[in-house]
Amino acid sequence: MSGEHHHHKETFVTKYIFSTDHKMISKQFLITGMFMGIIGVFMSMLFRLQIAWPEKSFSIITAFLGDHQQTDGVMNADTYLALVTIHGTIMVFFVLTAGLSGTFSNLLIPLQIGARDMASGFMNMLSYWLFFLSSVVMVVSLFVEAGPASAGWTIYPPLSALKLAIPGSGLGMTLWLVSMAIFIASSLIGSLNYIVTVLNLRTKGMKMTRLPLTMWAFFVTAIIGVISFPVLLSAALLLIFDRSFGTSFFLSDIFISGEVLHYQGGSPVLFEHLFWFLGHPEVYIILLPALGISSEVISTNARKPIFGYRAMIGSILGIAFLSTIVWGHHMFISGMNPFLGSVFTFTTVLIAIPSAVKAFNYVTTLWKGNLQLNPAMLFSIGLVSTFVTGGLTGLVLGDSALDINVHDTYFVVAHFHLVMGVSALFGMFAGVYHWYPKMYGRMMNKVMGYWHFWLTIISAYGVFFPMHFIGLAGLPRRYYTNTNFPMFDDLADINVFMTVMAIIGGVAQLIFLANFFISMYRGQKATQNPWKSNTLEWTTPVEHIHGNWPGKIPEVHRWAYDYSKVDDNGNYVHGQDFVLQTVPLKDGEEPS
Amino acid sequence: MLALFYIFIAVAVGVSFWQITRVMNLRSVIANDDDNDKQGKIALGFMVFLYAMMIYCLLAMNVIMLPESASIEGEHDDRLFNITFILIGVVQFIMQFLIFFFTYKYRGNKDKKALFFADSHKLELIWTVIPAVTIVLLIGYGLWQWNNVMYVGDEENPIVIEVYSQQFRWDARYAGADNELGLGNVNFIDINKTNTMGVDMSDPKAQDDKQVTELYLPKGKKILFKFRSQDVLHSAYMPHFRAQMNCVPGMVTQFSFTPKYTTEEMRKNPEVIAKAKGINKIRQAKGEDPYVFDYLLLCNKICGASHYNMQMKITVVEEEDYKKWLGEQKTLAQRIQ
Repeated sequence: MSGEHHHHKETFVTKYIFSTDHKMISKQFLITGMFMGIIGVFMSMLFRLQIAWPEKSFSIITAFLGDHQQTDGVMNADTYLALVTIHGTIMVFFVLTAGLSGTFSNLLIPLQIGARDMASGFMNMLSYWLFFLSSVVMVVSLFVEAGPASAGWTIYPPLSALKLAIPGSGLGMTLWLVSMAIFIASSLIGSLNYIVTVLNLRTKGMKMTRLPLTMWAFFVTAIIGVISFPVLLSAALLLIFDRSFGTSFFLSDIFISGEVLHYQGGSPVLFEHLFWFLGHPEVYIILLPALGISSEVISTNARKPIFGYRAMIGSILGIAFLSTIVWGHHMFISGMNPFLGSVFTFTTVLIAIPSAVKAFNYVTTLWKGNLQLNPAMLFSIGLVSTFVTGGLTGLVLGDSALDINVHDTYFVVAHFHLVMGVSALFGMFAGVYHWYPKMYGRMMNKVMGYWHFWLTIISAYGVFFPMHFIGLAGLPRRYYTNTNFPMFDDLADINVFMTVMAIIGGVAQLIFLANFFISMYRGQKATQNPWKSNTLEWTTPVEHIHGNWPGKIPEVHRWAYDYSKVDDNGNYVHGQDFVLQTVPLKDGEEPS
Repeated sequence: MLALFYIFIAVAVGVSFWQITRVMNLRSVIANDDDNDKQGKIALGFMVFLYAMMIYCLLAMNVIMLPESASIEGEHDDRLFNITFILIGVVQFIMQFLIFFFTYKYRGNKDKKALFFADSHKLELIWTVIPAVTIVLLIGYGLWQWNNVMYVGDEENPIVIEVYSQQFRWDARYAGADNELGLGNVNFIDINKTNTMGVDMSDPKAQDDKQVTELYLPKGKKILFKFRSQDVLHSAYMPHFRAQMNCVPGMVTQFSFTPKYTTEEMRKNPEVIAKAKGINKIRQAKGEDPYVFDYLLLCNKICGASHYNMQMKITVVEEEDYKKWLGEQKTLAQRIQ
C-alpha cells in the first residue's frame, strides 16, 4: 500500500460494513443477492416437488416447513401459493434487480468511465443498507404464523387486501409491502446516483459515444427505474391505505365470510395499471444490465468489436422508451377497454424490432471471431440463446387475440422464465466470472465454470421448453395440483421430467457457490488484465485502493472495442489484438 | 431434527467440494486453445440436443394440446396461432443454429485472427425492416381478430348469460324470456333466502332469470357472457372455446362466442379421441374411472387456497335440447321466496 494515496485510516467497520467505496458496496450487493437467490431457488425446488408428486410425502418438506404449512410431508395449498409468491418476489427484485444491477452498476460505473468513486458515496452506502433492511424484512415475513404474502408476486387486490380471502394477506402482506417500500427507496437512491455519476464524472475523452455498452445499459436502466419505481411505491402506499385505514382505492362491492364490506367505488384494475407501469419496465430493468454485460463479454472474448455499436445504443434506448408504454399487455383480459388492448398490442409487438436487432448483432459479432470460450463467454452465448427462445414466444403473448387463450397458463411461465429469468441469470453469471478478478483479485476455476454452465443450460431448457406445451394444453399456472382435472392427467409425466431437471439445475448452482467461495481464498492471483480487455477497469491495480487509480485518472482516446484492429497490410495496428481505451491514436490511424 | 440433517448434508457436500478443489488445479483459469476446441465441440453437441428436444416436443406433445377450437370465433385464433408459431419456429431453428454453429466454427486458437467488422448499415437495415414488415402483418391479423371477439354488436341479438364467481365456485344466471338480466349487487345477497348471487328482486327484469350450477349452451347461437365476482379477482377460462375474461368485483366484464360443436360431436373429434386415449391409459394404470371429454370453465386468476379446484362443467347441445333444459329450470321468482 503506498502511503500517499491512503488518506484516512479505515477500521473494520468502515472498510467492510459501512463502506462508501463502490467496490466494497458492489460486493455487499452481490453476496446479499446470492443469499436471497439461494432462498428463492430453494423455494422453487420445494414447490416443483409438489407439482410433480402432489400427494407424496417428502421429509425435506417436513424439515423446512412448519406444522402450519404442511401435513405429514405434503405442503398445504396456502403454503404452495406463498412459496410461488415469495419465489417470484425474491428472484425478480432481490436477485435480478438489486443483485444484478446493484452489483455491476456499482462495480463498473466508476471503473469504466474513469471516476474515483460514485458521485455520492454516502448515498451509495445508504442504497445498500436500505436494500439489506428490505431483505431482512422480507426474510422475517417468512416466519409469520399465518405465512408470508401469498397473493402472487403481482399482489392483485382484493386477494392481497383481505386476510379473510387468504391468510397470507395478514401480517405477511404488511411486511411484504413494507419491505418493498424500503426496497424502492434503495433502488431510487442507487439509480439517481448512477445517472449523476455517468453524466458528470466521465474522465477526459470519455464521450457518451465512447462509453462501453455496459455503461449505456446501466445508465438507461437507472433512468427506467427512476421513472417507473415511484409508481409501484404509490400503488403499495394506496394498498396499505386500503388495508389498514379503510379507504377504497382498489376495492368495491365485496361480500366475504357472510358479510358485505364497506368498500365502495374502487377498482382492482387501477391497481393492475399502477403495478404494471412498473412491472413491465421492471423486465427491462432486469434484462438490460444482463444484455450490457453480455455485449462486453462477447466482444472481449470474440476478440472482435461488438457489431453495430450505435445500433446497439439505439436498441437500448428504443427498448427503454417502448418499455414504458406497453404495460397493458399484462391486462388484455382484465376487463379494461378493448380499444386499449389494441393500442398495447401495437406498442408491445414493436419491441420485437429493437430486440431482433440486438440478437442479430450478437450473432454477427460471433461470426468470424476468434472465440475464447471462457465460462463468462459461454454464459453470454447462452444468454443470447435463451433470449431468442423466450423472446420469440412474446409474439404470441403480445398479440391480444392470441393472449386470450394462453394468458396465465404455463405458456406465460415458460416465456418469461426463459426471456428474463434465465437470460438475466446467465448475464449475472457471465458478469461474475468475467469481473471476479476485479472484485476479489483472484480468478475463478474454469473447469467448474464449464460444468456449471452446461448443467445449467441443459436443465434450464429441460425445465422451460416442455413447459410451453403444457401451457398450450390449457394448464393454468399457480394450481396447487391438477389432479382434480382428468383432462390434465396426461401432463403428469412432463411435470415429473421438469421437476427432475429443475433439481439438477438447482444442484448445479452448488458448483458455482463452491467455485465462488473457494476461489475467493485459494484461487489463482489475478493479473491486471486477464482477459486482454480494452476498458478502463483493467488499468487499475489488482489490489483495491480508494480512488481506483494510484496517480492521475487516465485519459481516453478511443472507443472500447478496438479488438483485432488491423492496418492495410493485415497487421495489428498496435502489435496485439486489443488496444486499451487509454492508448492514443497512432499517426494515420482512423478512429473506429 | 430433519432440518439439521439436511444442513449436515449441505455441509458435507461443501466439504467434499473443498476437498475436490484441493486436488484440482486452481491455476487453470483462462481458456486455452484446448479448452476452446473442446467447448466449441460441446456447443455443437448441445445444439444437437436442443434440436432433438425441440423436434421431440413438437411431435410428441401434439397429442396433449387442446383440440381444435369449439367456437366459431376461435377458428381465426387457431389460424393466427399456427401462422405465428410456424414463423417463430423457423426463426428459432435458424437463430439457434447460427448461435451454436458459430460458437463451434469460430472457436479460437492462437493462429486465428478475428475479422474487424464493426458496422454494416445495409445488414442492419435488412434486419430492422424484415422483422418490422412481418410483425405489421401479424398485428394486422391479430387486431382484426381482437375486434372480432371483443365487440358485440346489438344486431347479433346474443343469448345473455351471467357467470358469477366466488371463493371457490361458479354459478350462472340465464336472462330468461326477456333476455335481460336483473340488476345484481353484493348488497342484495341473502343467504337465508337463497339469493346467493345478489340479484335485486324488486327489478322486474330479474323475475324470469334462472340460476344454475352448470352451463348449457345451444350450438350455433351467439352467447354473450357477463361476468361478476363476489369477493376477489377470478378469471373465467374456457380453453376449448379460446375464451377468457377476468371477473372483477365492482365491475361487469364480458365476452362472447358461438359454440360450434355439441359436447357429443366434440367427443367424436379425432384429436379429442387421441387425447382421451392417452389419458385413459394413465388412469387405467392407476385404477381410476375412465375420462370422458367435457367442456370446462376453469378459474385462471389466483384467488385463494382452493384456486386449483374451481371448475364448472359446460355442455353444448342442439338448440331444441337447450330450450327443453332451460324450460325445466326454476325462475328466480320461484326460487327466492
